[in-house]
Amino acid sequence: MAETTATGAGMPQLDVSTFSNQIFWLIVTLVALYFIMSRVALPRIAAVLADRRGTITSDIAAAEEYKLKAREAEEAYTKALAEARAEANRIVEAARAEMQAELDVQLQKADAEISAKAAESERRIREIRDSALEMVSDVSNDITADILGVFDAKADKASVVAAVSERMKGGA
Amino acid sequence: MRNKGTETVASESSGFEIKPMDQFEVKALFGGDVSWYTPTNVTLWMALTVLAASALMIFGARGRALVPSRAQSAAELAYGFVHNMVRDVAGHDAVRFFPHIFTLFMFVLFANLLGLIPFAFTTTSHIAVTAVLAFTVFLSVTALGFILNGAKFLGLFWVSSAPLALRPVLALIELISYFARPISHSIRLAGAMMAGHAVAKVFAGFAGALGAAFFVPVLAVTALYALELLVAVIQAYVFTILTCVYLRDALHPSH
Repeated sequence: MAETTATGAGMPQLDVSTFSNQIFWLIVTLVALYFIMSRVALPRIAAVLADRRGTITSDIAAAEEYKLKAREAEEAYTKALAEARAEANRIVEAARAEMQAELDVQLQKADAEISAKAAESERRIREIRDSALEMVSDVSNDITADILGVFDAKADKASVVAAVSERMKGGA
Repeated sequence: MRNKGTETVASESSGFEIKPMDQFEVKALFGGDVSWYTPTNVTLWMALTVLAASALMIFGARGRALVPSRAQSAAELAYGFVHNMVRDVAGHDAVRFFPHIFTLFMFVLFANLLGLIPFAFTTTSHIAVTAVLAFTVFLSVTALGFILNGAKFLGLFWVSSAPLALRPVLALIELISYFARPISHSIRLAGAMMAGHAVAKVFAGFAGALGAAFFVPVLAVTALYALELLVAVIQAYVFTILTCVYLRDALHPSH
């Protein structure tokens, strides 16, 4: 204490007697620290940093590759989907055409049957009507002949028939 | 400090007995006189500086993990910080001096930070230490400038962009400022460290002397410590970046 006050006016920093000691130990320290840092610490950290940079770069490359693959897969998927859809459309179209053809055939057949049946019915109706008319004229003739018999009027069969049919035409 | 504190209270009427400069005394560790090779508190705290720096840079980064731990992150941060500083300030060709500059940075940083521990000895508060650092930088950078550029290194002082008549005057000014570099370089660091520690000690002494109102200086010391932490880091940064600036001048002397 007393000697520092004497030598350095209260500032140990100005005590020249300790300079050699400080300088000596500082040089020892700096050399030691330099070798520790430059030989051990810094190469290690540089290696770690380089390693990390490499890993990050390769990871990014791998991610890029995966992304590319995913895009390819997506494209393939979309393509397959479009193909499948076209195929489905084609099948639906074909089925519809087939069904349409079948339907047409059936319809035609049904039409033909219906028209045949209609023709048949018509024919029978005409027959029935014809026979009915015949029966009406027969009945009329008979009735006319009977009436004439009641009134004792002489008329041959042919003239009666002619007269009745004449009347019936006019009445109709 | 503690037993001195009671003394201080006892002798309060006769004035404070705060001795803020005691902490800077160089003492032999095992007693006796201080000769150039005696292990002193300088030796102890410089050794601790080396240990702390190595602990962070080697032990902290021992995992060499891809995803770093906290300590490894800090070590990588220090590495990246100084590496970028050297590259950005001094240029790409200065990166080969990165280990030297990193050593300087770590030494100053850890000496400053360890000095903040109460009862610690701050090696960087001594002008002898910072002057050796600064003159080492100055001499190596100057020698490097002449080795790499030869006489062209003197172009640093010959401002070719100035009018011819002004150049000799500027050369004189440049020369003076060049030789003032190591002085400002060393005194800035030692001064900042010494002043902060002395002030902290004065406030701490007040805490002992004020009795019941002790909390006022304690709060002040707390605030001062935050500031000193900042100063410790900034001074290490300033010392390193100035070294990079000087190195750039040596590598690229043309203005």
